[in-house]
Amino acid sequence: MAIDYLPLLILIILAMGFAAIAMGLPAVLGPKLPNKQKYEPYESGIIPFADARRRFPVQYYLVAMLFVVFDIEVIFLYPWAVILNRLGLFALVEMAIFLLILLVGYVYCWKRGALDWGGQVRPGDDVVESQVVESQVEEE
Amino acid sequence: MPIEIPIPTVTQVIFLVMALFTAACGLMVVISRNLFHSALFLVGALFGVAAIFVLLEAEFLAVGQVLVYIGAIATLIVFAIMLTRGMMRGRTSPMNHVSGRGALGALVFFVALLAFLKKVPWPEQAQAIPVDESLIAGLGDKFVTTYVVAFEAVGLLLMVALIGAVMLARDR
Amino acid sequence: MDWLNLIVFPILRTVVLFLVLLTGFAYLTWFERKLLARFHVRYGPNRAGKFGLLQPVADAVKAMFKEEIVPSHVDKPIYLVAPALALIPALIIWAVIPVAKDTPAIADVGIGFLWILAVAGLESYGLILAGWSSNNNYSLLGALRSSAQMISYELPLGLFLVSILILAGSFSLVELVDNPRAWWEWLWLWVAFPFFFICILAETNRSPFDLPETENELVAGYQTEYGGIKFSLFYMAEYINMITTSAIMATLFFGGWRGPFAEEIVWLGPVYLFIKVVVLLFLFVWVRASISRPRYDQLMRFGWKFLLPVGIVYMAITAVLAVLLK
Repeated sequence: MAIDYLPLLILIILAMGFAAIAMGLPAVLGPKLPNKQKYEPYESGIIPFADARRRFPVQYYLVAMLFVVFDIEVIFLYPWAVILNRLGLFALVEMAIFLLILLVGYVYCWKRGALDWGGQVRPGDDVVESQVVESQVEEE
Repeated sequence: MPIEIPIPTVTQVIFLVMALFTAACGLMVVISRNLFHSALFLVGALFGVAAIFVLLEAEFLAVGQVLVYIGAIATLIVFAIMLTRGMMRGRTSPMNHVSGRGALGALVFFVALLAFLKKVPWPEQAQAIPVDESLIAGLGDKFVTTYVVAFEAVGLLLMVALIGAVMLARDR
Repeated sequence: MDWLNLIVFPILRTVVLFLVLLTGFAYLTWFERKLLARFHVRYGPNRAGKFGLLQPVADAVKAMFKEEIVPSHVDKPIYLVAPALALIPALIIWAVIPVAKDTPAIADVGIGFLWILAVAGLESYGLILAGWSSNNNYSLLGALRSSAQMISYELPLGLFLVSILILAGSFSLVELVDNPRAWWEWLWLWVAFPFFFICILAETNRSPFDLPETENELVAGYQTEYGGIKFSLFYMAEYINMITTSAIMATLFFGGWRGPFAEEIVWLGPVYLFIKVVVLLFLFVWVRASISRPRYDQLMRFGWKFLLPVGIVYMAITAVLAVLLK
């Protein structure tokens, strides 16, 4: 029943209310000491010289696309999984075929290097993120 | 017969609120000046649709809507905006010289849709449907029995989409 | 219509849930700082109250009395919405987790599992919005990284959930805990736990997968431009997410509220759940203190080339086992 979801709606509304109140608190309690420097972007002390909104490596977009495909696949698995016990071997074989088809696509992605990050930077690439060096565990 | 003043039930009120929310978000997607804002309003509209699915007791559709459309496709759109230089600055306006004709086209489409909806013989009484969980389980059952061919075709389609995405992104 | 059951009790339950989670959050920060200090052979917070137990209170008061700064270059409405949007999923995901016999935290809806998945899918939005609206190099990079990381690790996570679903045969988490499992099911389930835990670490942006906020390259990632209470909300979201995911793992892998006599004495259920959650939280902190951070390309490669195949294979084996043995 749709009415079963009313508690969840109440939960969502109260969560929003809580977040709104928490956000509003410092406006009432906090001091107001405006200062021009405070409102500048934080760039580790360097004066910002360009807008931050620039282009990013295409790899991020590719990951999102691959995710869409696999996410839809996983969505299909849920109704199947919940009833597998009652359906038996037939359902298993059909899902195996479904997965094998997708596995072909996955192997293709792997071979084409769609799952690789960093490494080969081709001329003309608008690279923002430099290769990252090994970093340490953060200290408290 | 005396005219009764309809008192809306809780469900109806929620439906109205969600429908208005969805419509408002949809409108803002079109008229917002900033493309990134448009994408976010689209997320709002999709969320409203998911809520309406829940009201229709189609929970699985609602979850699918949130998972696929909001969780994946809208993220993809946001990434796409971030990949495009001019759009990132928020200076491109969605309005151009055909927006007037576009609005007209949308209006015609809306009227046609309305006329179509009027024609459909909507059932007065909702059919009794089984409890929510067996509904999803029934969906799983149908995937591997009645609609097995369509189901495998979806698998094929997804594979093609996967390969196409990689080819588009990797070859230039 | 039964207004008491429909409106009043859910509100009361929600308020209790929020209070428990906020207290949990406050003392989780204390717990983590104390533990990390012990791992580093330090004392940790010990000034405010006995054993530093009042430290979270002091931190909360400090955050509340901070000046509200909204930098001039940000996209203001989105900038302000983002912290709230990060926190809300962390709070509402709790709704379907059972805390005692036949008692979910808020409501036992038929789609329990899927609720968790759907809400988890929304979690990346707070970070994306924060990063984009801040209009700061560090923030934007952090947000992009974290959203790409979260969606990448959501896939193996989803596959492991499908496997658990195959064994459970029900979307309801309440039933999942109630239904008895065969011994081989428990054993096979525990095989998946380490992988599941790795996915959860990446999903919650916890160390060693805290690349979105690596302080030595991205300052603080998506939260660079946030201060005061807004920063606290992000912090709160991260820690409540830790608690929430620990509760989910306890429910899926370790029987949730179950324990000796939990069936007869109802209040023992939450106690057992609490103990299991604390043990899992200890694991989170232990990992943070012991394991160094990988590079971002290593992280993505691990997700796509190792965890995803493992998830698929695990699911396939689970399906075969379920068909053969059940």
